[in-house]
Amino acid sequence: MNWYGIRAIYRFEMARTGRTLMQSVASPVVSTSLYFVVFGSAIGSRITSVEGVSYAAFIIPGLVMLSLLMQSVSNASFGIYFPKFVGTIYEVHSAPLSFLEIVLGYVGAAATKAVIVGLIILATARFFVDYSIAHPLVMVAFLLLTTITFSLLGFIIGIWADNFEKLQVVPLMVITPLTFLGGSFYSIHMLPPFWQKVTLLNPVVYLISGFRWSFYSLADVSVGISLAATFGFLALCLVAVWWIFRTGYKLKV
Amino acid sequence: MNAVARTERDDILVVRGLDKVYPGGFQALKPIDLEIRRGEIFALLGPNGAGKTTLISIICGIVNLGAGSITVDGHDVVRDWRSTRSLIGLVPQELKTDAFETVWNTVRFSRGLFGKAPNDAYIEQLLRELSLWDKRDNKMLMLSGGMKRRVMIAKALSHEPQLLFLDEPTAGVDVELRRDMWAMVRRLRENGVTILLTTHYIEEAEEMADRVGVISKGELILVEEKAALMHKLGRKQLRLQLHEPLDAVPGALASHHLELAAGGNELVYNYDTQGERTGITALLADLAAAGIRFRDLSTRQDTLEQIFLQLVKEGA
Repeated sequence: MNWYGIRAIYRFEMARTGRTLMQSVASPVVSTSLYFVVFGSAIGSRITSVEGVSYAAFIIPGLVMLSLLMQSVSNASFGIYFPKFVGTIYEVHSAPLSFLEIVLGYVGAAATKAVIVGLIILATARFFVDYSIAHPLVMVAFLLLTTITFSLLGFIIGIWADNFEKLQVVPLMVITPLTFLGGSFYSIHMLPPFWQKVTLLNPVVYLISGFRWSFYSLADVSVGISLAATFGFLALCLVAVWWIFRTGYKLKV
Repeated sequence: MNAVARTERDDILVVRGLDKVYPGGFQALKPIDLEIRRGEIFALLGPNGAGKTTLISIICGIVNLGAGSITVDGHDVVRDWRSTRSLIGLVPQELKTDAFETVWNTVRFSRGLFGKAPNDAYIEQLLRELSLWDKRDNKMLMLSGGMKRRVMIAKALSHEPQLLFLDEPTAGVDVELRRDMWAMVRRLRENGVTILLTTHYIEEAEEMADRVGVISKGELILVEEKAALMHKLGRKQLRLQLHEPLDAVPGALASHHLELAAGGNELVYNYDTQGERTGITALLADLAAAGIRFRDLSTRQDTLEQIFLQLVKEGA
């Protein structure tokens, strides 16, 4: 293993976060605070509780997931897209680095940043609502699994994209809708029966449901199924990344 | 057996039957065989689009190998890619840098990428040698083009490679920096680094190289010792400025195949430096006998440039 190489990529990516602190850390905190003000306080005050949990507390896991997904995807996609865009990727290709090492460096850094943002949001939420975490280990497991999976997805998007529009289109047109429709702000039991079935096709439902279970022991789908679905999606992303490096898709001719 | 062993030790890079067809059918390289000797400066000369960068990119692992095999210091670039890539440093043609990184960080990053433990003393020495030490805390976007190119070289040398590829190192570089660059390449060679440089400036190959390869349309037309190449293909010309102009070459001098030039004011004699006899003594004796006096004389040898243009034209 080329550990120095992995460390070099990881530190380079983390240094980039340091330079863009406002964008990487401050903006998700601000937007999450706004969600709390709007949904938690203004609207939430009219909804007494969802399945025994106050609405403001109910939306916390969903909000953390929302940022986690967006952060993972955007960090990882930008991390690999930018060297492609400016051409510095030649150095990574000419270095003695295996695809696994390249992925560990880029995806590791993207996931680290996303987890940091997720934890900051959890801390921020504390200023608005009192909440407890019933199953901390499961919570951490979902946090890590989700960030790794979606950082891998972001990495795939970054390799696939050959312009800035493509880089933005998947997060905006796919991830955001799936997250909003995945039960961040509501329990899927609130939906009409037909839409309850449709919504089960949305992978984000399982992430949010499982994550929420780790807080309040209540879930839309059983936590075992959530975990299995998350692992399934992780496996899918791993296969896609493996295929990309195997074939050199969009990387080598 | 001995001969084979010796060859493998002497050649740091061996390319056998390498060809490359890009998706879409463009044949960038026709089967190429090439050996680069340890410690030499080899100039790969060719017009734009001849396949120079493709060849280097394949050796470095940036472009996939088509057919054939490549070994670096005895290691196969496909089977043993980790070893070969550790041995190679690449300075690409275009200046591709991270604008917001400092010189120090970007060079340190490159060393890490190539799997070497940090060695700040070595990086400092490298930056000092390349006159970059004062700029170490500058961000890349603050640097001039020439300085950026030095940083690219520092990055390529950061992991102490044995074989350095310089892809068009002096394209778009002013004369002074070009001289600096040449001096630096010579110093590198003195330190034991083998250098393969691509260029379309003949002057550069002529100035620097021990051996020259000429590539055109993906084909390696020729590989030759520079001196031998110039000797072999170099025709010389003797021009005599006459005291009094001539209307025609006198019959007594017909055997020398002279030409008249400059309105009869000059006699031109072409001869082969390779030949046993140049025929100059006989010519001068015959001129004296014919009573033709000259004011001045000059000789001129083909430059590598002329040889090169001729080769590329013949190859076309």
